[in-house]
Amino acid sequence: MKILVDGRITAEEMSRQMKEISISEFFEKNRHLLGYENATKALITIVKEAVDNSLDACDEAGILPDIKVELKQVGIKSFKMDFEDNGPGIVESKVPLAFGKMLFGSKFHRLRQSRGTQGIGISGALLYSQLTTGKNAKVSSSTGDKIHEFEMMIDTIKNEPRIVSHATQSNKDRWHGIKIEIEAEGNYVERYQSVPEYLKQTAIANPHAHIVYKGPNGTLKFDRVVNKLPEQPKEIKPHPYGIEFGILRRMLSTTRSKNIKGFLMKDFSRVGSRSVSQILRLAKIESKRKPSSIDHAETSRLHKAMQMVKLIAPPTDCLSPLTENLIVNGLKKEIDAEFFVAVTRPPTVYRGNPFQVEVGLAYGGSLNPNTSAHLYRFANKVPLLYHQKGCALAQSVEEVDWRRYGLQQSGGMPIGPMTILIHFASVWVPFTSEGKQAIANYPEIVKEIKLALQDAGRKLSKFVSQKRRAKQRQMRRKLFERYIPEVAESLGKLTGRDEKIITQKLEEAMKKDKEISMIAEETVKEKEDKEEKTAKEPTKPEEETESMPSENEE
Amino acid sequence: MVENDTKKKLVKMGEDILKDVEKKKNPKIEIPIRSLSNIVYDEKTKSLTLGDKTSKRYFFNVAHAKKFMQTTIIAAFCNELLNQKIHTSLRDMYYNLKRTLPNSNENTFDEQSESDPIIVDIEVALDLLREQLHLNADVRGRVVGKALVSDRGDRVDWSKLGSGGWAIPSNVEAIKFKKVDAKFILVIEKNAAFERLHEDRFWEKHKCILITTQGQAARGGRRLIQRLSEDYKLPVYVFCDSDPYGWYIYSVIKFGSMSLAHVSDRLSTPNAKYIGLTLSDIEKYGLEKYTIKTKEVDIKRAKDMMKYEWFQSKEWQKELKLLIDKKIKAELEALSGRGLRFMTEEYLPDKIKKKEFLL
Repeated sequence: MKILVDGRITAEEMSRQMKEISISEFFEKNRHLLGYENATKALITIVKEAVDNSLDACDEAGILPDIKVELKQVGIKSFKMDFEDNGPGIVESKVPLAFGKMLFGSKFHRLRQSRGTQGIGISGALLYSQLTTGKNAKVSSSTGDKIHEFEMMIDTIKNEPRIVSHATQSNKDRWHGIKIEIEAEGNYVERYQSVPEYLKQTAIANPHAHIVYKGPNGTLKFDRVVNKLPEQPKEIKPHPYGIEFGILRRMLSTTRSKNIKGFLMKDFSRVGSRSVSQILRLAKIESKRKPSSIDHAETSRLHKAMQMVKLIAPPTDCLSPLTENLIVNGLKKEIDAEFFVAVTRPPTVYRGNPFQVEVGLAYGGSLNPNTSAHLYRFANKVPLLYHQKGCALAQSVEEVDWRRYGLQQSGGMPIGPMTILIHFASVWVPFTSEGKQAIANYPEIVKEIKLALQDAGRKLSKFVSQKRRAKQRQMRRKLFERYIPEVAESLGKLTGRDEKIITQKLEEAMKKDKEISMIAEETVKEKEDKEEKTAKEPTKPEEETESMPSENEE
Repeated sequence: MVENDTKKKLVKMGEDILKDVEKKKNPKIEIPIRSLSNIVYDEKTKSLTLGDKTSKRYFFNVAHAKKFMQTTIIAAFCNELLNQKIHTSLRDMYYNLKRTLPNSNENTFDEQSESDPIIVDIEVALDLLREQLHLNADVRGRVVGKALVSDRGDRVDWSKLGSGGWAIPSNVEAIKFKKVDAKFILVIEKNAAFERLHEDRFWEKHKCILITTQGQAARGGRRLIQRLSEDYKLPVYVFCDSDPYGWYIYSVIKFGSMSLAHVSDRLSTPNAKYIGLTLSDIEKYGLEKYTIKTKEVDIKRAKDMMKYEWFQSKEWQKELKLLIDKKIKAELEALSGRGLRFMTEEYLPDKIKKKEFLL
């Protein structure tokens, strides 16, 4: 290298150093963005990528998901992980690309609510496995026909899959789905941020899924409690208000529209002919221009103009909320509490992106009354386990005055026997970083979450005060019941009448007490409620799981 | 009053409660209120009596239930005492009735301070004395002097009791006075002053009866003072510390107490006079340096007493004001500042001679 007098190098020298960065180098430098910054998180991330993909695929194919996860320790720091789903599978030719090429996927080029988006996830997991253990990954796929078994690696220089072996097996049972077998370095824990916790929360947000987890310390089963698939979200075109400059550039270069007018009307939602003329006039661009001919400065003017014109908000039918019923069912099956409530807010928009907020509360029962409430955060049905502090969902919880609803709070999270679930659904989730663990605090989002929490809080406070009153009534009754024998005995001694008859009469008189007569009404009502509930659930979950193919194997 | 009547009253209380229960009503016991708001000072009899305000104690009321239960337990216990013809003390009753309720951590009574007021409730509600319920009041107070009495058939000469004197029993109804050769009764709050006067044979020299109440006068002592003063028309002089506590001892002897206002007619001695000690005496005899600084509670008590109807005389108002203004009080021992025998030889004879009393 030729070094100049002042210690600098020439442009020629510089250009000689320039070369393509290998994908493994990129990975090493961006571990934290991809979720592999520490050994504990790495295991969770691998499980998350595999399970999210399975759930997404099943949802799209209209299949009730049946997912198996197995995790075995095979070395001091290494773990073998097996995944299996009953999804639609991937066609033979695309399997290596789907698992062995970064940024290859079906979800990035569209605006639709889904769990994954970038197409980094599962190939990232394979890459991590390869970098930490040097072992090949095994992927099997079937769309119902033959089973294709691939043993593969990722060529880190070319960012391309390298198939080590490919075998075909017959498939009498017409199994369809994906099986993945990988080995990776990690650290296994079972509390707080952990694989079981991730799966538990996933099960809460996906009560239509049946998940079996075989961990180092035993098997966990998350039953299916809902037999209906969630409503499929519709794909929508981006709204001008929410478009990022870079994406607009890319859309201009890849669009099939012949002119800019058609581009704006066809590739965006809510843009009519009047709006188009307004936008183009403001951007000083002719309507006949070819989209690919728009230069950088023009794109910049166009981007600005798109934000200035008055437009109708984007359609919101592209969202797939969990729905109140499902949240309650999901919470009920994993949390032993007394009271459950859920609120789904109507969809709304931040910066041109439709989004919808849902919250659920579980209260009482076995939950600890002396600790801060637990918060389960979900973005597009995926649990967020890390970075709670910087997340708009947690911030919104802290901004609500929970003392109004009968809980304690001294700045920060409420204290009481409560678990809070918040689901944020959007075609574009504004994560604070690529780690995808915290949601940015746009005022529109915080406001919606707070409204939902307050609504749920009001319902909770009714229950809390009813419970408190019922408890007081019970104590009142117990008090009298404790004293009645004493009073009866004394009155018996005093008057010479039969003590038992006096006791009986005192008990009858007690039931005339206004408060105590309410206890009787309450217990009758509770009974009715229970009867109603069982009547509404004619089928038991055990009966259905038997018909599941995955269960037959065991 | 005949024992049978007492029993009838207790049984009727039980029957009345059962009547409510029978009608599926919330059973209650009606008890006259004993707080200052229902205490009436009767100018004519010069004693404190209860007004006609009552409170109702309901069983099916969380705030009343326990007291209701306790009242029935005690009523039944007293009925049993009457049936068995035995007497017992308040303390003994408390220990007899204290036990833990089945399947709970709750006791019928936790402290004697819970059972004592219930007895007063029953006394007031049924217009009875605790003696009639076969419960003995505290035994406190001693007497010496020029009188001869008979107690359970024994003759007791109050002038021949050596140094100790005669302990006043809790119930003095059965005491018969055989011979009373006294001209007045001197009631002394403190034991020490009583001992001094007794050693100096004050009662012999001045032909009187000395009674020490040993603090607040017990029922037996109060009844004894009343009977002697009524039967033999003896003047009663009360000798207490110069502080609100001592003055209230005088007040209880003379007018009756607020907590036993319902039996004032049997316990109070309206013609009792306050002989000393007063803060004016302290000034008069130059005993200022033997005084004690008042505490906040003394001032508060004095201010309360200034408002009592039965402390409205000019002289009393003056004494109370002296205490509040000067913030001092004095004990009987202050008189020793003029010599150990000053009380016996000068102070009391002088006061009696000059009739220097507060009313």
